[in-house]
Amino acid sequence: MNLLEINHMQKSFGNLEVLKDISLTVKEGEVVSIIGPSGSGKSTLLRCATMLEQMDGGDLIYLGKHAAKDVEQKSVYAKKEELKQIQKYFGLVFQNFNLFPHFSVIKNVTDALITVEKMPKKQAVERGKKLLGQLGLLEKANAYPYQLSGGQQQRVSIARALALQPKILFFDEPTSALDPELTGEVLKVIKQLAKEKMTMIIVTHEMQFAKELSDRIIFMEDGVIQAQGTPEEIFASKNERVQNFIGKF
Amino acid sequence: MSFATMLLQLGKGMLVTAEIFVLTLLFSLPLGLVLAFGRMAKNGFLRGVTKIYISIMRGTPLMLQLFVVYFAPYYVFKIPISSSYRIVAVIIGFVLNYAAYFAEIYRAGIESIPVGQYEAAKMLGYSKASTFFRIILPQVIKRILPPVTNEVITLVKDTSLAFVLSVTEMFTIAKQIAAAEKSMMAFVAAGVFYYIFNLLVALIMEKIEKKLSYYK
Ligand SMILES: Nc1ncnc2c1ncn2[C@@H]1O[C@H](COP(=O)(O)OP(=O)(O)O)[C@@H](O)[C@H]1O
Ligand SMILES: [Mg+2]
Repeated sequence: MNLLEINHMQKSFGNLEVLKDISLTVKEGEVVSIIGPSGSGKSTLLRCATMLEQMDGGDLIYLGKHAAKDVEQKSVYAKKEELKQIQKYFGLVFQNFNLFPHFSVIKNVTDALITVEKMPKKQAVERGKKLLGQLGLLEKANAYPYQLSGGQQQRVSIARALALQPKILFFDEPTSALDPELTGEVLKVIKQLAKEKMTMIIVTHEMQFAKELSDRIIFMEDGVIQAQGTPEEIFASKNERVQNFIGKF
Repeated sequence: MSFATMLLQLGKGMLVTAEIFVLTLLFSLPLGLVLAFGRMAKNGFLRGVTKIYISIMRGTPLMLQLFVVYFAPYYVFKIPISSSYRIVAVIIGFVLNYAAYFAEIYRAGIESIPVGQYEAAKMLGYSKASTFFRIILPQVIKRILPPVTNEVITLVKDTSLAFVLSVTEMFTIAKQIAAAEKSMMAFVAAGVFYYIFNLLVALIMEKIEKKLSYYK
């Protein structure tokens, strides 16, 4: 079954049509990278898929359940209760982490489990510590975000998203806000997740990383998917725009 | 009048001053939050009304507002005013006024929190209410502590305005003693009282600030 299915997604800001007819399916265990020039609509696509923005037209379907259904070229969203259920299927890792500064690392990771999922604290902390251990952050459990490097903060935010056990994890340029020497530790974590067959959709400018890790690469430009295929296909693409873009790296 | 008697009387006034102070904070701090929500409401009418309210409360003298609150029942509703209403009117007037100032402080604080905090909370499934009370408000409180401290210190001094409705708080008593004794002593002592009160306030606020300094 497709974990995610997007049909004819359309999104405008005022007169600016940012997404023009985007269709995309993602299967369980797949790792999909999205590349493309700045301003091409990659973030908007992720924000619509994660319901931070409402799309104007098209379907958004998780595990066969409609979050939004196209009715005469207008997206009609499901009821609040249903959306709440669907929301649990995915997580999003932000470019600038958006950790909660007043919570310790372990609280950042466990608070939603406790407050939202009503999991007993002991159990939540157990799960949180296990995750932090896997991401090499156990000794930082009681630190506060401001005491961590950018790379560590991003790893905490990945742990925070993983704690809720989403079926799909979205990343919006997870290493773009980091100093170059810190990107490696975050990419390593994502690679580890790929090995564990986590389904992921990753917007990235790290071409080598995308090539090594992805089952499929999507090249976006001007609000449309210009090309998609396996890394080999994309990197050997005859498409001039794709060549141009990849040639810049 | 002996010095001790004078201090005793001023001390009694001080209790009334403290009462005005505590009750004003108790009611105006939450009311300010409600006003701040009104000020940021999606509904344009609600937003407009709160904006005008806040603007009037901040743009007219508190003394005038105290008179209005005190005399309105009689002039508007023809309800006879009892003398026990004086202190109530003072507190209502102070609460209405300070809530307006606190509302603007809250609003600035709430608007200063990055939208990413709301988005992260939404992504983790927090409800609107728990997003606000667990994620946003604690950060707002830390940010607004300095301007709130300023208002609280002003409030200590403003309590002396209660004398216009003949509420026998400390300043009223100091004035009476000074007139009877033909001496400045009571004013000096009252000044010391206010000053110590504010030192205490500053100390407490500093403690709270320290307590919240565990994160940046
Ligand atoms: N909230 C918004 N309001 C108006 N325009 C927006 C908004 N978000 C994004 N845009 C515009 O949409 C276009 C695509 O942006 P974005 O999705 O962020 O691109 P990318 O992530 O590929 O760099 C840009 O021209 C951007 O200015
Ligand atoms: Mg972007």
